Amino acid sequence: MVDVSNKPTMSEASPPAREVLLSVRGVSKSFGGLKAVQDFGLSLSRGELNGLIGPNGAGKTTVFNLLTGVYTPDAGEVLLAGRSTRGMRPNRIAAAGMARTFQNIRLFGELSVLDNVKLGCHVRVTHSMWAGVLRTGWSRGEERAIADRSMELLRLFELDGRAHEEARSLPYGDQRKLEIARALATDPKVLLLDEPAAGMNPQEKVALRQLIRRVRDEFKVTILLIEHDMGLVMEICERITVLDYGVVIAEGTPAEVQQNPRVIAAYLGTG
Amino acid sequence: MSTQLQTRARSLAPGLVPSVARSVWPVVAIVAVAVVLQLFVKPWVGGVDGGDFYNKLAVDILVNVMLAVSLTMVNGFTGQFSIGHAAFMAVGAYTAAGIMYYASFRLYGSPDVHGGRLSTMLTGMEGPLVTGADLLFFGALLAGGLVAALFGYLVGLPSLRLRGDYLAIVTLGFGEIVRVLIQSQTRDVLYDVDEIKAAPVVGLAQLFTAEKSIGEVGWAAWWEQMQGPLWTKLGGALGFSGLPFYTSYFWVTLMCGITLLVAIRMKYSSAGRALLSIREDEIAAEAMGVDTTKYKIRAFVISAFFAGIAGGLFAHTVGVQLNAGELGFVKSFDVIIMVVLGGLGSISGGAIAAAILTVLPEALRDFELSVLQALLGVMGLVAAVGVVRAAWGLIRGRGVSAGAKRLLMIGVGACIAVFVASLIAPAFFGTRFNLGEYRMILYALALILMMIARPKGLLGVKEVWELGRRH
Repeated sequence: MVDVSNKPTMSEASPPAREVLLSVRGVSKSFGGLKAVQDFGLSLSRGELNGLIGPNGAGKTTVFNLLTGVYTPDAGEVLLAGRSTRGMRPNRIAAAGMARTFQNIRLFGELSVLDNVKLGCHVRVTHSMWAGVLRTGWSRGEERAIADRSMELLRLFELDGRAHEEARSLPYGDQRKLEIARALATDPKVLLLDEPAAGMNPQEKVALRQLIRRVRDEFKVTILLIEHDMGLVMEICERITVLDYGVVIAEGTPAEVQQNPRVIAAYLGTG
Repeated sequence: MSTQLQTRARSLAPGLVPSVARSVWPVVAIVAVAVVLQLFVKPWVGGVDGGDFYNKLAVDILVNVMLAVSLTMVNGFTGQFSIGHAAFMAVGAYTAAGIMYYASFRLYGSPDVHGGRLSTMLTGMEGPLVTGADLLFFGALLAGGLVAALFGYLVGLPSLRLRGDYLAIVTLGFGEIVRVLIQSQTRDVLYDVDEIKAAPVVGLAQLFTAEKSIGEVGWAAWWEQMQGPLWTKLGGALGFSGLPFYTSYFWVTLMCGITLLVAIRMKYSSAGRALLSIREDEIAAEAMGVDTTKYKIRAFVISAFFAGIAGGLFAHTVGVQLNAGELGFVKSFDVIIMVVLGGLGSISGGAIAAAILTVLPEALRDFELSVLQALLGVMGLVAAVGVVRAAWGLIRGRGVSAGAKRLLMIGVGACIAVFVASLIAPAFFGTRFNLGEYRMILYALALILMMIARPKGLLGVKEVWELGRRH
């Protein structure tokens, strides 16, 4: 991929010096009497790769939906690159630089694999619908750029061989990879991955681990990861936030989190 | 980072001259084809025995193709289910008709065709190729399209909150409201030149100078006391008769060509992918940055625009007496059947289905027993394909596939049905009878068969020219 940033690589940068890209403060959401998320806070710096874990039903996906504007928080604030996303519809938040994948895969099944990624580029397109219909020179240029970039993304994810197949005909693991490719096509600052390893076999998981790191380094994106596979989370995440019953019960490096008694209790139960 | 795409686009964009040339040539080609059809093919076909009938049929086909392709933009691309398409057609038809009829009177003193050779279905006409009246017709068609587009915008608004069957009911209701309003609230057409010249066009002044206000006398009496500007004199329940027959090969080919061009270019553009993504998964589309609100409304507006133009063409077709009663939900269903049979989202599929379903009732009109027997043969072929596929599956050790089973069931079932029908039918109808009356039954059967055999329609979301590609 084209190198677009001259920021120092991860090993050189010292964490406090990094710019905060995503800042979440005191976010709460209730559905009727159910307090799905309470007073959630999170801070992601540029280039970080963090994890969000917790037992089933802890509210992890709700957090993603709150960050991406699917739900509006009852209280609290989400700042993306310093701008509040309050009142913004999901498409505006995506345009501001937040992309996501879905736990229950949501590809555009009847469209081709390539068109799925091309759609991701839509939000960065500057020509109008009428320019597209008139096929102005600029719209042709952008369409070609979209096609090139989409194929590059597919090559990175080793999906280029199936570019013209229907997205829903892909095997499960490939569908998950395609979701990441589509999200990257939106040129995000922050990438939210919702259980990317779910349903993958051990070999695929090893490959995914490398892929996520590569994505972070090559695209200079900040990644927040929901994952149930602890091996994967502990190995690739720099910091981890643990949710239980909608409340943050721990936050820290993998080693710290693993030793936290509240985390152990949440996962194993208090005996 | 977000300029990365634009940086590349700058180096990939073609120069001004090639890009203008490539953008414009299809339009030039459409105009050329339209002129050739009008000036050479039409007189040639007209010379053949029964040629006028075929010319009329061709015009009907192209108007229906426009309707099907325009509906594809809403039902096919964005997956909104609109069943009020005929209403947009009616709005466009009555707008264009009102303008053409009364403007012709005011300008030329009669509602006859004053166009050139491009605007007539008569053969052997002399005179100039184009006249000022042709421009008037073009303007009337555009006005019809624009008014229909305005209605499209209004109907598109509920689509932001409703989906599926709820939206379908709203659009159905809209269609019926338009039909009833035109039928019950417009008045008889004026035939007298002096009267037409004296009547106000819009009558805005009357709204304020009327003797009694709506509050005093109620809507009906208030409307009655109005002198009636020209835009309300659209024929009411009797229909709008006496319209000039401007719709020619040239106009239908031009408009149908432009509809197809816009639809195809849209489908293969960034905006088209945005429309299709809404149909596939609205939540994912929004998460990827698609402004679903904007695109749903746009789909409705563009679709209504072309339906309105199709309506204007329909109104001025030889032999058509414009009547809102014929542009109700039955017409809407005709168009939906075309779109569904062709494949939701397939432009070429919708166009092919529109052509077939326009010809079919004509072909069925003089129905002979031999046609039934031919149908038996076709269904036998379907069954045979099923047998071959089933056998192939067994040979390869994969068992009989679901597709082969379906083909077998349909083929054998239809064979039996057609065979029984061919035995029974002569007893009731003789060997020659008009099956056109049973059109809706046949459509329903075709739809049911299609839902079983190919739930996604003839072509699904694909186009004819994409079929050869490896998938």
